[in-house]
Amino acid sequence: MAKISLIVNGNPVNANVDSRTLLVQFLRENLRLTGTHVGCDTSQCGACVVHLDGKAVKSCTTLAVMADGHEVRTIEGLAADGAPLHPMQEAFREHHGLQCGFCTPGMIMTAVDLVNRKGHDLSDHVIREELEGNLCRCTGYQNIVTSIAAGAKAMGKSA
Amino acid sequence: MYEFKYHRPATVRQAANLLVKNEDAKVIAGGHTLVPVMKQRLASPPHLVDLSHIEGLDTIEMKGRSLVIGATAKHAAVATSAVVGEAIPALAELAGGIGDPAVRHKGTIGGSLANNDPTADYPAAVLALGATIVTNKRRLKAEEFFQGLFSTALENDEIITKVMFPLPKKAAYIKFRNQASRYALVGVFVAKRPSDVRVAVTGAGSDGVFRATAFEEALKKRFSHKVLDGVSASADGLNSDLHGSAEYRAHLIGVLTRRAVEAATAK
Repeated sequence: MAKISLIVNGNPVNANVDSRTLLVQFLRENLRLTGTHVGCDTSQCGACVVHLDGKAVKSCTTLAVMADGHEVRTIEGLAADGAPLHPMQEAFREHHGLQCGFCTPGMIMTAVDLVNRKGHDLSDHVIREELEGNLCRCTGYQNIVTSIAAGAKAMGKSA
Repeated sequence: MYEFKYHRPATVRQAANLLVKNEDAKVIAGGHTLVPVMKQRLASPPHLVDLSHIEGLDTIEMKGRSLVIGATAKHAAVATSAVVGEAIPALAELAGGIGDPAVRHKGTIGGSLANNDPTADYPAAVLALGATIVTNKRRLKAEEFFQGLFSTALENDEIITKVMFPLPKKAAYIKFRNQASRYALVGVFVAKRPSDVRVAVTGAGSDGVFRATAFEEALKKRFSHKVLDGVSASADGLNSDLHGSAEYRAHLIGVLTRRAVEAATAK
């Protein structure tokens, strides 16, 4: 067992974990933050994307012990319970950027990271390139791309 | 995944000592190859030595006439580094095309090289540019470092600390992705160096990265895709699998080398 201390969605967390615990397991099973999903479990689908020190990473391919001393943000950390949705979440709702919703937390965390890196005015081409590591099996991506473009603009206004 | 003991050394020396003390220990940095392999139980190291918290091991800088990239520099950092973009733009582009954005936030150059996956991108750059791999023990030339599939000259307690790239006059990397895995089915890195021309091929060889000498000889005379008419790669020693036959890969080497030379001369 290993002792870890990290910040999750702004709150300090201390825990004793088996060193082989994946970050996604720790979030879902220890902290009950089940918004982060396990899709493929092989680093390809992006359903498990969270932010580690502000950067999108695949939490199914990150050991919880490696996050010791770092800061994690999950989909639950984008907007407080009862508060208005984060602009990117709102854009996915408005533009019907999901059907079953399984990939959506990862899509949104990837999209927010993309806006942080590349700004608020994103072409469809850039968005599609940046979604290389996020798979959706329902929508054909059209509305996801529309949602991200709109969400990126909205994030610029609300900033 | 089987159990292991996790170590987080603060210095390369501490890391090396841990490797000496624990013979079956594995080094981890970004973990984007090792963690998946451990999840599949294809590897079960009893000790993991995490290099990702060693300060200064991810520095990217110019030293004299070489671009020096620290072993734990992440692909995203190399892709967006102004220093790399200025010195060897082809290397920044290569790093920006590895995996996907989330993978690039974790994967490291040292990890990619130490793993020597036959479809990885960095080995092609290191071999074509004639880089030197610096470890805690010695300096290795690219051609002595790579020793076939997933195998390198690294000893058990040896750790890559940085990679030194001499600056080329022109360079470009073009890869043809496997449509499913997105790894390079074939990738070609072309470098016009002050003294010669090197063409390194990843993805195709059944023994890992290699130099396409027939193309190098032609390009030495004149660095233009026009001299490559009639030059072809042999299918001998190339991979043949459900993704493509050896002949198909040989054909791609020719196509991608031409494209890479065109891209390098257009810069």
